[in-house]
Amino acid sequence: MSIIYFLIGCSVLLALIFLGAFFWAQRHGQHDDLYTPSVRILLDDEPENEQKK
Amino acid sequence: MKQTAIDKQTICYHCGNDCADEQIELDQKVFCCNGCREVYSILSKSGLCNYYTYNAHPGVSQEKASKRFDYLKEPSIIKDLIDYSDEKFTIVTFYIPDIHCSSCIWLIEHLNRVNPAVHYSRVDFLRKQVNIRFDTKGITLHELVMLLYSIGYEPLISLQDVVKKQASDKKDNLVRKIAVAGFCFGNVMLLSFPEYLGISVYEQSFRQFFGWLNLLFCLPIVLYSGTGYFKSAWTNLKNKVLNIDLPLALGIAVLFVRTAAEILTHTGSGFADTLCGLVFFLLVGKFVQRKTYYHLSFERDYRSFFPVAVQVINDDREKSVPLSDIQVGQRILIHNNEIIPADAILLKGDARVDFSFVTGESVPVNKVLGEVVYAGGRQTGEAIELEVVKPVSQSYLTRLWNNEAFTRTQENRMQTFSEKVSKYFTIVLLIIAFSSFIFWFPFDVHRAISAFTAVLIIACPCALALSTPFTMSAALSIFDKNFFYLKNTAVVEQLAHIKTIVLDKTGTITINGDTSIVSLITGSDAEKQMIYSVCANSTHPLSRLICQYLNSYSKLNITSYYEVPGRGITADIDGHFIRVGSAKFVNTVQLASSSAQKTEVHVSINEKYIGYFSIEQHYRDGMTTVKSLSPSYGLYLLSGDHGHERDALSSMFSTEDMFFERTPQEKLEFIKQLQQKGNKVMMIGDGLNDAGALKQSDLGIAITDNVNNFSPGSDAILDGRSLKKLPAFLKFSKDALHIVYISFCISLTYNVVGLSYAVSGKLSPLIAAILMPLSTFTIISFTSVATHLAARKRKLL
Repeated sequence: MSIIYFLIGCSVLLALIFLGAFFWAQRHGQHDDLYTPSVRILLDDEPENEQKK
Repeated sequence: MKQTAIDKQTICYHCGNDCADEQIELDQKVFCCNGCREVYSILSKSGLCNYYTYNAHPGVSQEKASKRFDYLKEPSIIKDLIDYSDEKFTIVTFYIPDIHCSSCIWLIEHLNRVNPAVHYSRVDFLRKQVNIRFDTKGITLHELVMLLYSIGYEPLISLQDVVKKQASDKKDNLVRKIAVAGFCFGNVMLLSFPEYLGISVYEQSFRQFFGWLNLLFCLPIVLYSGTGYFKSAWTNLKNKVLNIDLPLALGIAVLFVRTAAEILTHTGSGFADTLCGLVFFLLVGKFVQRKTYYHLSFERDYRSFFPVAVQVINDDREKSVPLSDIQVGQRILIHNNEIIPADAILLKGDARVDFSFVTGESVPVNKVLGEVVYAGGRQTGEAIELEVVKPVSQSYLTRLWNNEAFTRTQENRMQTFSEKVSKYFTIVLLIIAFSSFIFWFPFDVHRAISAFTAVLIIACPCALALSTPFTMSAALSIFDKNFFYLKNTAVVEQLAHIKTIVLDKTGTITINGDTSIVSLITGSDAEKQMIYSVCANSTHPLSRLICQYLNSYSKLNITSYYEVPGRGITADIDGHFIRVGSAKFVNTVQLASSSAQKTEVHVSINEKYIGYFSIEQHYRDGMTTVKSLSPSYGLYLLSGDHGHERDALSSMFSTEDMFFERTPQEKLEFIKQLQQKGNKVMMIGDGLNDAGALKQSDLGIAITDNVNNFSPGSDAILDGRSLKKLPAFLKFSKDALHIVYISFCISLTYNVVGLSYAVSGKLSPLIAAILMPLSTFTIISFTSVATHLAARKRKLL
């Protein structure tokens, strides 16, 4: 059963990595604007067939 | 197919407005004005026509006066505006109120196709801001703003934006604290689970290991996430105030100490899970309470109303000068629709100044040469030249704003219900804790300590602390859906206590310029010309309206003229005797029409009655429902305008409750008087002239037709369309308060149940661990369901 020490160590480490990732995202302003990216992803980079319209 | 083509022709391709008679065409597309066509041609040249494919008619009508951005060439102003600059590139952030759809995002983020010197532009949709990085040598700030303006997105640059915001980012890392608390909470729950199920004798070493780990996870909770509660409890104790943070801080501290003691002495498993859960839920509650409106500002003052710079004439040359550098004696040039920033003497030009925003007076005022024009007025008409007599900081408007009463901090606002209750709660809690300690002490010291700590743990008012934030934030989002934006959750409670409502007139219950005039004059053109000439001499608002209506005539010479205030005018033109005024004044038998909202102006020439003008002022649709509040709420009208609409308004307000020609200071005093009589006063206003009253009142609401426009500092911003829902808002706020009361009762019941275990000193960690999240869950679900139902009942959802 001593494998449990190892497993708990792994799970805590993993959780710490996620916490670190969250902090990183927070510091780099990824949570500053929670709306615009949802619109931006739907906009095409290049106009497909502009002349048609 | 042809049918649709015809339909399309009536609507502007750019902005979707109806096209007027003359049609402006380009590429077989029709535009309502040259401005819209101009924007289209720029976009089509740059291959940005995709703008029109994401949304139909995404543009904003360009039919407005051209703006001057010359001041953006001044280095001192540029310096204040930009975020960062070096030789290679410059970063600037603009606020653009016109951003409203995905096309806007797309277009602005493709600015570099129009001008390659723009490296990068990024829109923050909710804040309506755009962050632009551009080549310092390739394009100047002035050209950049002109570029944005030319494609229909004019940045709003005001003095308040120039003044860098300080302390705006005072977030105290709440999100981080929640992240840490959540991380610890999750892990502790996992590690405590074996304890709940029971650990067999063979695996006792695990119990030790889990205990130590739990204690380790509690450290960041207490030392990082929970510090706010200790600090707040301490400062409150120092100020001799008992608030809910004290029992919370006590609970956290006791939980931690007891957990540490039990784990270190191997006497038990401690309350690590309860501790982590408590802090986590409390912080989430705090987060929920903190609603922010990105696109609104409740703290605006005159600075965001004033322009950034003004044109100064120096040796016949115009130069833009930042407002703060304006000195006494300088000559300034004010164009049409520009605001006069400082008290000044009129030197040249025909000044017709609209003071509606400052005084509430709805009609532009004519000024003669040499007269002092106070700051804050808006010139309508040709450009005028003025000489500054007082610097901006000492001008009438600024002084008004900096008046002590206006800048009063709002400390004496109502105490919230939870503040009142938590005081007694804390006292009772401490009494119970100490008495159970004293009760057990003679028998068993260990049990006395355990009972004492158990009381503090179990009675930790977690659910109590959460009921207000969750209810109020749910209420806030209901108001939000109805275009009523409250500054914070405490305002909901203030709204529920309101007894008296004071309304401003101009801009609040009337909409500026929204009057209709119907002519029932049977006379000839020559007679109409005489009427025009008579009315043109008068400054009375009704005369002004008639002049506007008959504006195609030229003015005749008047030989004699006499005005009876409040009655009418008599005048002589070429031997014709003309009377214009009320029915009585003109001696007519014509019956006044029954509608109270109409004002009539009767005319007779040479004692022969020739008819009347019927003038109707339109009020906001909500006024009939607002009127119905009258018996249960005190309803007052407080206007800076003249009383010429008194009769029309008498259908809504009783005569003794209408007050006209009040200066901003008098409005403030009026509110104060009402408050001294013990009334809780709500002020609804729109302009700078109401700013003092809005601040003085218990709840100041700024009403506006466009929430992005300027509105004075207030507790709430109400969209004009929702004025009719005001009675429902008031009722709903009371419902919300009742929900808080009920949830307080629920959480107290939980506390009482828990206490019955705790006082005996036999609190098992499992009960604590179940009771705390259970009560929290009950409160959260009860408050959100109940608020939702209440909103349904008031038809706000």
